[in-house]
Amino acid sequence: MTIELLPPPRKDPQKKTLSPTRPPEARSRASLGLSAAAAEGRFALQVCAECDTVQYPPRDACSNCIGTELPWQEVTPNGHLLAETTIRASTKLYFRERAPWRIGSVKLEAGPVVLCHIHNDCEKNAPVTMLNRLDASGQGVLLAIPTTRTNNMEDDPQLRALSADPKHRRILIADAWNPNTPAIAKALLDAGAATIFVGEAESWRPHPNRRELNEMDNVNVLPLDVTDTASVSKLAGEIGGKTDILINNARFMRPGGVLDRGDTGFAKDEIEVNYFGLMRLAQSFGPGMMGRTADGVNAAVAWVNILSVNALSNSPEYGCFSASNAAAYSLSQSLRGEFRGAGLRVMNVFVGPTDDAWYQSLPPPKVIPTSMARSVVDGLQRGLEDVWCGDIAKDVRDRWRQDPKVLEREMTTGGDHA
Amino acid sequence: MERRSSYKGVAIIAPFSMPYQRYSIETAHWWVAKALRGSLDAADVRPEEIDGFSVASFTLAPDTAVGLTQHLGLCLRWLDNIPMGGASASVALRRAARAIQAGDANIVACVAGDTNQIDSFRNMLSSFSRFAMDASYPYGYGGPNANFALLTDRYMQKYGATREDFGRICVAQRSNALNNPNALMKKPLTLDDYNNARPISDPIALFDCVMPCAGSECFLMMPEEEAQRRNLPYATIGSAIERHNAHAEDDIQLRGGWTLDVDELYEMAQCTPTDIDLLQTYDDYPVISMLQIEDLGFCAKGGAPEFVRSHDLTITGDFPHNTSGGQLSAGQAGAAGGFIGMVEAIRQVTGTAGPTQVRDAKIALVSGFGMINYDRGVCTSASIIKTGSRA
Repeated sequence: MTIELLPPPRKDPQKKTLSPTRPPEARSRASLGLSAAAAEGRFALQVCAECDTVQYPPRDACSNCIGTELPWQEVTPNGHLLAETTIRASTKLYFRERAPWRIGSVKLEAGPVVLCHIHNDCEKNAPVTMLNRLDASGQGVLLAIPTTRTNNMEDDPQLRALSADPKHRRILIADAWNPNTPAIAKALLDAGAATIFVGEAESWRPHPNRRELNEMDNVNVLPLDVTDTASVSKLAGEIGGKTDILINNARFMRPGGVLDRGDTGFAKDEIEVNYFGLMRLAQSFGPGMMGRTADGVNAAVAWVNILSVNALSNSPEYGCFSASNAAAYSLSQSLRGEFRGAGLRVMNVFVGPTDDAWYQSLPPPKVIPTSMARSVVDGLQRGLEDVWCGDIAKDVRDRWRQDPKVLEREMTTGGDHA
Repeated sequence: MERRSSYKGVAIIAPFSMPYQRYSIETAHWWVAKALRGSLDAADVRPEEIDGFSVASFTLAPDTAVGLTQHLGLCLRWLDNIPMGGASASVALRRAARAIQAGDANIVACVAGDTNQIDSFRNMLSSFSRFAMDASYPYGYGGPNANFALLTDRYMQKYGATREDFGRICVAQRSNALNNPNALMKKPLTLDDYNNARPISDPIALFDCVMPCAGSECFLMMPEEEAQRRNLPYATIGSAIERHNAHAEDDIQLRGGWTLDVDELYEMAQCTPTDIDLLQTYDDYPVISMLQIEDLGFCAKGGAPEFVRSHDLTITGDFPHNTSGGQLSAGQAGAAGGFIGMVEAIRQVTGTAGPTQVRDAKIALVSGFGMINYDRGVCTSASIIKTGSRA
């Protein structure tokens, strides 16, 4: 039975903060398919296109028929724990600092035997369910968990290390003005977050979220304007050392493509908030968070960007806004690489049109704030890198994966003009 | 299946073990050179007389056997590089024997050696194999200790072996090692010491693990008449086998590739397990020695725990096993760990083992096991060698 994780004691400023260490990152190219599946929380393995043999470890040719077409497919995650050991000595610092560490051999119903991490509540020689999760190096790893829920199972040290669980963590949401902010704050508090900081630009202007946010316990609204470098670095100076998760939901959007506008004014605002805003936040908060990824129960763990799914492929009705999101998406990939060494995760939540004034002219389905909040919390709890929120986001993702050029042609129709 | 032809007419001579060191500031090249020179001096063979060379080493990078030819000034017409770790000795032996039988080479030096600098072991682990990098190291990075802990756990579940059973192997080997002045472990080991040792990766504890070290081992091979002409003590090859990736369908490795070739091993050597005077198993962990005792026909599958309870595995016992102390007590010198049993067995059957000599040893079985590519050892080998001419 897992012991419930308690809120950490106040940090002792005289003690050295543990430096981040990481599990092994090196993988073959074939093996990165496991990480790609873990980024979305899928349990997938290579399956031979010719003879259907499920393969593990990942490889370049089938161990049954030597065929070389081995697509990754979701397979049943059920298995049986054959053998286990508790490692008490490791030459890798990451595991040495976290010893003892339980691993085992699991015979999968799908065929192969896998070495994997073992949740402490798994019983010897018993059925297990496999998870494929990203570890602190951003690589997919397998964890066996019990087939039925156990008390506090998310608090198991191994499972928690494969997540960005908001429980006991302090979280900054960048933009109080965004219609989704109260729902996200509430969902995080419900998931056990310790404190929510909410950044608020232009505090002298009234906005509908303020009262709702002020009425929530453990929510602090603080001045933050992502278009102002001084404002961002001032807030980072105040709370950067206790920001465990940062959710960048700052958004500036106006409808229209290039020719709907007479100048670059709105486009500048979109870039200023959606692209430079992300960069300013990262430059001010990133280094501090990277230094605190091994800082105990409430170590810094994740950076979240809320992006339009049109970051992948432009929608001319919102052409300039889509372009700013494409820039932000690209920048998020750079941040992923830059944060990797510290084990700080970057999670992108791709959303379809949201149910607010700026998407008013679009037909449903639209994403409502509570479902976006649910996606954010679920993604953090499962340690995902890519979250697809809403039916339209999933639809665009599937079309984009099938053929980006076909999707582009679908998104850029000329309409009914003669 | 057609049987392979005999290894007759080939002599194994000049076994030489370079005393091991826990850590060394020297390179693998130095260790290989020391062992080679040791064997050459013992047989009074000049370097230019060698025309065949077989090398096993993990720490020669960026060199291979090729770089060593120029480094050591050897002009060869037959060159072999054996990347099979613990299985390398019998593999080197049988391939060199074939080269000599076919006239591809006349005098072959078989050498295995590795250095162990402060970070060598950790570095070797991190680049050992692709499957290990992808699917083993990310899980606790326990190295071979964790792999063999899983295997040991399964073996205990299935066959009812206890920690004490494994301990008997370790305690007997320590007793043998106390007769070997070159063994790294010099303190006696009791079953209590074994039981109370620091846990490393359950159920494996400190004395189940070998100590990585630097060292090298060498022997020479030549036509039998050549050895007689030079008046050298020598051993002959009764039989030799190698096998790779056997029983891939087994969920966890509880048997090795020996089972596929063991009948031929004894048939070719014209003997049975009861004729074996001493057994040298590859002992990176005691459970692996048990698998070999079973798979080489000394008892039935799952019978090794009872076998070690009812036999004395020391030099003077009824079943002399790993007479120099094996890797568990002498140290694991990288690829030389694959040679330690072979070189000791050559000494034994030629009557040159000195303080570890088993009385009247005439037939020795040497077994090898190597290369945890992912979850199991992929390579197995074995050979039966016999007295040709005693010292």
